[in-house]
Amino acid sequence: MNITRRHLMLLLPAAAVAWESVLAGTPEASPNYTMTGHWWGMLIDIPKCIGCGNCVRACQAENDVPDGFFRTWVERYHVDDWNLANPQVISPDGGKEGFPSVAEDPDGKYFFVPKLCNQCADSPCTQVCPVGATFISPDGVVLVDQKYCMGCAYCVQACPYGCRYIHPQKRVADKCTLCYHRITKGLTTACCEVCPTGARQLADLKNPNDPIHAFLKTHSVQVLKPQMATGAKVFYNQLDGSVR
Amino acid sequence: MSIFRDAGHLFRLAGVYLAGTLTFLVIRAAVVPHSFGQYGHYRGAAIAEIAAKPLHYAGHQTCEICHSDIARTKAAGMHAHVNCEACHGPLAKHAADPSIDPGKPDVATLCVRCHAASAARPKSFPQVDAEQHAGGVPCNTCHQPHNPAIAAAGGSK
Repeated sequence: MNITRRHLMLLLPAAAVAWESVLAGTPEASPNYTMTGHWWGMLIDIPKCIGCGNCVRACQAENDVPDGFFRTWVERYHVDDWNLANPQVISPDGGKEGFPSVAEDPDGKYFFVPKLCNQCADSPCTQVCPVGATFISPDGVVLVDQKYCMGCAYCVQACPYGCRYIHPQKRVADKCTLCYHRITKGLTTACCEVCPTGARQLADLKNPNDPIHAFLKTHSVQVLKPQMATGAKVFYNQLDGSVR
Repeated sequence: MSIFRDAGHLFRLAGVYLAGTLTFLVIRAAVVPHSFGQYGHYRGAAIAEIAAKPLHYAGHQTCEICHSDIARTKAAGMHAHVNCEACHGPLAKHAADPSIDPGKPDVATLCVRCHAASAARPKSFPQVDAEQHAGGVPCNTCHQPHNPAIAAAGGSK
């Protein structure tokens, strides 16, 4: 068969498309972990948190988080009984070494609030990335592709929870990965592993046998900044109204 | 008839467009990472790269393979749900090579991190003023950390 110039012109685009799909390759087979079988979140049981800072230290060790930056941190709230709008919040070095002891306050209350990336299903941080370097994975974890990130910090500004930072050495966005390298191996996150009271619990919302479902049904649970409609998947049990 | 008279230059124009499209596709195939768009508007291979990062915390399941005796002691007491590395720190290296000494945790800083009395802590959580409670005697003189009830200790360990 003779290929005329006309035939060639028709064939070339088709060939280019075919070549592209060859280059894309087949999705990597992962025998022990199916991304579509999970939808990760976390439960934070505020009445159980003792402010020991184990989670902060474990996160820094597990993920090589530089000093002064935090993928998770603990805040201590002090709220006067009537002054919900003006809580006094401290978090010395992210709560890494715990908190100074306080005496009972007859006119107010103290409590701890651990914070981390809320792994939002409709996250503002992924929407603003101009290069597609941050995304929500098929199993519901917001991740940063640090080879693709150019460090513009749009996402750092977009996160309503202040959960992102620019890594001082790598000059790219960094954040909680929900210990993706652990949860895909069947382990829990470093922070949940070391939490002595079970105040933090990893939750797989797609697993019908996960205790999170029974907990959500029987407790008053809230997410942070629900008015922002971010689809946050870090659920706080007995969250005080003063928490921002 | 007259509308097709000078149609030749339209075909040439179409050719230019086609060549442009082809050039675009070739450059795109060359510079866009192969797995971009595999799952969405991002590099699909990044997920596997992040999942391949090394572990520092081995996880209590791994510890309990060798230290099943400690696991049994622990399960009987108040520290049943405190995992090994909560106090001992990240020990994945020790788990991979048991000859690496994990070191002993320092009770002077460790116990009070959780148990120093503070009104900010939940009321039901056991708390002490360490100075008043022990007067500088190390906690593990009376409390065996793996099962801290004094009746369970029978001396120190």
